[in-house]
Amino acid sequence: MSLPSLETLFVKPAILLRDLFPESARPWVSIGIAIGAIAAVAPLIMMYLTWIERKLIARMQNRFGPTRVGVYGLLQPMADGLKMLIKEDIAPQGADRLLHAMAPILAVAPAILLFAVLPFGRYLIAADLNVGLLYFFAISSISAYAIFMGGWASRSKFSILGAMRGVAQVISYEVPGVLSAVVVIMIAGTMSTVGIVEAQAQRWFIATPWGFVAGIIFFLSGVAEVNRTPFDMPEAESELVAGFHTEYSGMKFALWYMAEFLEAFAVCAFAVTFFLGGWQGPAVPFWVLTVLGSALIATARKLSLPVRVVATALLLAAGLVWIKEPIPSWMWFLAKTYALVFVLVWLRGTFPRLRVDQLMGLAWKFLLPMALINILAAGLWWFWRDSFIGWFLSAAILALSYWLLILANHPARRFEAALSSRG
Amino acid sequence: MSTAGELLEVSLGPQHPSTHGVFRMNAVLDGETIVKLKPVMGYLHRNHEQIGEGITYIGSFPFTDRLDYFSAMSNNFGLAIAIEKLGGITASERGEYLRIIMAELTRLVNHTAVTGFLLNDMGAFGTPLLYAFREREKILDLFEAASGSRMMCNYVRPGGVRQDVPEDWLKQAKEIVDHYPHFLDEFEKLLTENEIIRQRAQNVGVLSKELAVNASITGPMLRASGVDYDIRKVDGYSLYPRFSFRVPLGSVGDVYDRYYIRILEMRQSVKILQQALKDIPEGPAISPKGAAMGKAPRTFRPAKNEAYGRIEAPKGELGFYLVSDGSPQPYRYHVRAPSFVNLTVLEDLCIGHKVADAIIILGSIDIVLGEVDR
Repeated sequence: MSLPSLETLFVKPAILLRDLFPESARPWVSIGIAIGAIAAVAPLIMMYLTWIERKLIARMQNRFGPTRVGVYGLLQPMADGLKMLIKEDIAPQGADRLLHAMAPILAVAPAILLFAVLPFGRYLIAADLNVGLLYFFAISSISAYAIFMGGWASRSKFSILGAMRGVAQVISYEVPGVLSAVVVIMIAGTMSTVGIVEAQAQRWFIATPWGFVAGIIFFLSGVAEVNRTPFDMPEAESELVAGFHTEYSGMKFALWYMAEFLEAFAVCAFAVTFFLGGWQGPAVPFWVLTVLGSALIATARKLSLPVRVVATALLLAAGLVWIKEPIPSWMWFLAKTYALVFVLVWLRGTFPRLRVDQLMGLAWKFLLPMALINILAAGLWWFWRDSFIGWFLSAAILALSYWLLILANHPARRFEAALSSRG
Repeated sequence: MSTAGELLEVSLGPQHPSTHGVFRMNAVLDGETIVKLKPVMGYLHRNHEQIGEGITYIGSFPFTDRLDYFSAMSNNFGLAIAIEKLGGITASERGEYLRIIMAELTRLVNHTAVTGFLLNDMGAFGTPLLYAFREREKILDLFEAASGSRMMCNYVRPGGVRQDVPEDWLKQAKEIVDHYPHFLDEFEKLLTENEIIRQRAQNVGVLSKELAVNASITGPMLRASGVDYDIRKVDGYSLYPRFSFRVPLGSVGDVYDRYYIRILEMRQSVKILQQALKDIPEGPAISPKGAAMGKAPRTFRPAKNEAYGRIEAPKGELGFYLVSDGSPQPYRYHVRAPSFVNLTVLEDLCIGHKVADAIIILGSIDIVLGEVDR
């Protein structure tokens, strides 16, 4: 038996498994396999996203982050999960118990559903819907209901304030988010996520003037929609204790957390799909990666010597086995997604939060007009796509409108606190 | 502002992440806008003044550490000055220098930490706070080396300081102080030009000059409103007239000015520290009269009199009022706490702003509940 190629490492087994069943049952079986895979992978992604975030933020703050549970604190997510599981589940007095229990489920379900249309690699997609992009926006906006439900059902003033902020924010940021994705549909000519990735074979959309602007708007609205710093108004810790999930504990709280992290991952993944070329990447030989990885592990002082030797040997062997292949598509996809996740964490480690009215102002007074103008810019670019006029026109329009909008939004900037002093 | 809707009354605190201790704000909200705000104090009342009237003068020093527990050294200094006035004690020169060094180090600690906390209140996820605490730790190490304790120092005494600093201490202090401007530059790079901070802090919680003076606000908060009043200059207590430093003043009196004033004050403190560390003379750390008082506290019986000693603590005017009836214990012992007085304008600053602003306004006032409630 020959080894499967790296590219189809996950697809091949799935097909083999499906082919064990009779012809008539195969469509159902393949759906089941996809659901099973997503249901298994999503919690894993979420758990290690928390670990990554804690570690990265800790490094940014001159700390170590989790170190006690497992090497490099790698088992910390399991410990956290276990802790959440055995915590008491408290519903406040006067709470609507049914809604209170339903809200976190309603938050997690769409977050997992989002993964259905994510092309993790070539052929590696659960359901290639022809309305994939629309599906993304439709499903991700369900979280507004969950947030309001949770806030309302808790019967707490902090929760309701957080919920109101959350709903206002999610709805507001949906508008520039959708409008920024319109240009992707215009140029790619399809709403299927696979089609959009394939349309970027020649040039990633981020490398065009309109794509650059749309990508940033999309990412910003995404960050706002998943309530992360600097847009974490609904759960503003310093003001509203924990916002809409103040009154949640135990596993219900863990579900809120899971929803937030999965959505954050999904936003990064969709930004990669729509603007950063999805699973496509330069044809770098796979062995380069294994050599780099093994060098990293060989110098990791925290790991014990046998572990280092075995892991390095395994990695080098893998590089030798697949020596002829380039880095597979799913690796590119994950690498790009985690790069964006790093940006998310970076933002969180750097910025304070905006105020609620400033947040709304940013969405309606800046991102929305910018997204609208961007549609025009994309149209011009497409019309003169073969010549340099299109590039120039769209870039000029975008730069000019950016400048005008900044000017309009800051009528009187105060540059320096005028300071006098006495000697 | 519409009043058609229902008003929401929210009790922020006494258990709340951003009230800096057990402090409570009863806010009435119209949507997110604050219509009314009532500070509720007293959750940390510990009978400080009454205790001070039942023990010797010098016995109060450990208790003053717990007033503003971020700046124990300054608190000691304030009480020492009041007792010196009451008993006619003069301090040794080296003692004065050490006290000034400690007081200015305390100012660095306090302003650094409060800026970090302010950023936390704005929603930064701990990064500025932890940068601030990294620097604070270094100075706390100095305090520990000198006094044996990191926060509850109990170090300054009437007539000087309890004991001289260990060998090499001045050298270590000089290294830390010389490094401080670099840290401030780094800190400012992260914060001062930050667009979000400017949007959040500028023109928020503006304290007018008139209100500041009428409400007897002191400290950086007063100077941020543009009033030139620094007790180090006005009173010229201790040896401050010997040092050259400037008093930074704000122009608007908003949260941003209060933040920036503190950064500038730290730079001035560094200047004072550099001069003090260079000029500090040899000699006893405490004058003979002060040392005698420390050895036998009950022999210190000042004549019937009263005295008010005040210093420019990091948070404002910290005053100690003592009345003596000739016994070893003060007849009346009162603390004028800057945190408490500065807090009185909270409602005026907050009305019309959003909830999030109230939090950062509170953070910019810089309170420590140990001092507010005493």
